[in-house]
Amino acid sequence: MCLGIPGKVVETYRENDVQMGKVDFSGVFKRVCLEHVPEVRPGEYVLVHVGFALSRIDEDEAGRVFAFLEEMNQLDELRVPLANEPGAD
Amino acid sequence: MKYVDEYRDAEAARKLADAIARTVTRPWVVMEVCGGQTHTIVKYGIDRVLPPEVELVHGPGCPVCVTSLEMIDRAHAIASRPDVTFCSFGDMLRVPGSRGDLLELKSRGSDVRVVYSPLDAVNLAAARPDRKVVFFAIGFETTAPPNAMAVWMARKRRLTNFSVLVSHVLVPPMITAILQAPGNRVQGFLGPGHVCTVMGESEYGPIARRYGVPIVITGFEPIDLLEGVYRTVRQLEAGRAEVENAYARAVRPEGNPASRRLIDDIFEVCDRKWRGVGLIPKSGFKLRYEYRDHDAERIFEVDDIETQESSLCISGQVLKGLKKPHDCPAFGKECTPQMPLGATMVSAEGACAAYYAYGRHLEGQGRRAGGVSPLILHTVGNGFHNQGADAPRSPVAGGRP
Repeated sequence: MCLGIPGKVVETYRENDVQMGKVDFSGVFKRVCLEHVPEVRPGEYVLVHVGFALSRIDEDEAGRVFAFLEEMNQLDELRVPLANEPGAD
Repeated sequence: MKYVDEYRDAEAARKLADAIARTVTRPWVVMEVCGGQTHTIVKYGIDRVLPPEVELVHGPGCPVCVTSLEMIDRAHAIASRPDVTFCSFGDMLRVPGSRGDLLELKSRGSDVRVVYSPLDAVNLAAARPDRKVVFFAIGFETTAPPNAMAVWMARKRRLTNFSVLVSHVLVPPMITAILQAPGNRVQGFLGPGHVCTVMGESEYGPIARRYGVPIVITGFEPIDLLEGVYRTVRQLEAGRAEVENAYARAVRPEGNPASRRLIDDIFEVCDRKWRGVGLIPKSGFKLRYEYRDHDAERIFEVDDIETQESSLCISGQVLKGLKKPHDCPAFGKECTPQMPLGATMVSAEGACAAYYAYGRHLEGQGRRAGGVSPLILHTVGNGFHNQGADAPRSPVAGGRP
């Protein structure tokens, strides 16, 4: 929750007038709000806090931080399914 | 993704530890503010590769830990209502209130759900107009933009069945409270890197100047922490007290201006109670009055909260940097991550939970902690400044000399 997790923007779209995107966290895909990083394009990397991108980062930094968070067991939140999906908590 | 191992570069770590040892001439007490930093320090044994003069104490930078018992009991009271779907980050599920935790409520039939993002809770409210969806909005400044965005979206989409129970906490007033506390020992801070990606550096300058403490904005990886300590010690030794950014690859001086504007639109600063610490003036966010229709605290009036905390727990002193986890007689005995007694054990980010996770509760019983990274110890600490757990510390009292 506290540490941002890096992910790769796969696509961007508007939803209810807000800039959103599909973001790839090393194989786990999440819907992420990109409203505060409006310049980001598919293929680029962002640092995401609980479904909200706060900054852009470069690919090397993204890979490094992701590997570090994995080693620290700090990626659990990515396993949470969407709240309104069947089988969700 | 491409993985590169620069931050586990033992050579760079050794050079930094060496530079710290060359720079230090006197005892200094430095606090890392963020729970993520504490986790890294304990896991990699960063505190044990530092020279004996440099003592790291662990700050209250875990929002799950410091969420007040009153607020948790209020959350439980709201989540117990049959018309409510209560959404929370997973970290909050096992945090004990006065009477059990959210998981127990769920097992008794309450509709409690873990969500990845507050924005998912907004969509749930849209999909279930028959339910009152409440999101438990906790966190430091890093989760304030997503939580604010959730409220903004709910308002825009006219989702009157969505509300947030806000228990936001803020770093700068907490640092100030630590510096003002009687018996304070902290002389310099490793500032919270990701909080500053949102808020920038500007709030920390006045604190550094007023209290004469260096504040070095620091990242979360082993090398980041050694770099932060090095820069802090360098300032302390030179008699300087400035804000330095040692995490420039993520933090811009102005933070994220769009996020700061959104926070300011939705939230206002309020007094906030911290678990284990007590009330800190102007140390939290609450919803602005204009958004009262989405304020769970107003919608569900919960009174008569009587809290019960353990009398054994010393988490308040740990959170202020006055004590270490193993100073507590209950640590690893009555109090474990499975049966936490207080704030610093309830979440993995808490100082007591981090010490427990990496085996420090077993030390002093003839067993060495298993969690210290062999990489760091073998390459950095080897015959170097690798203190044992019982190595004497130089006593440091008061503020800066």
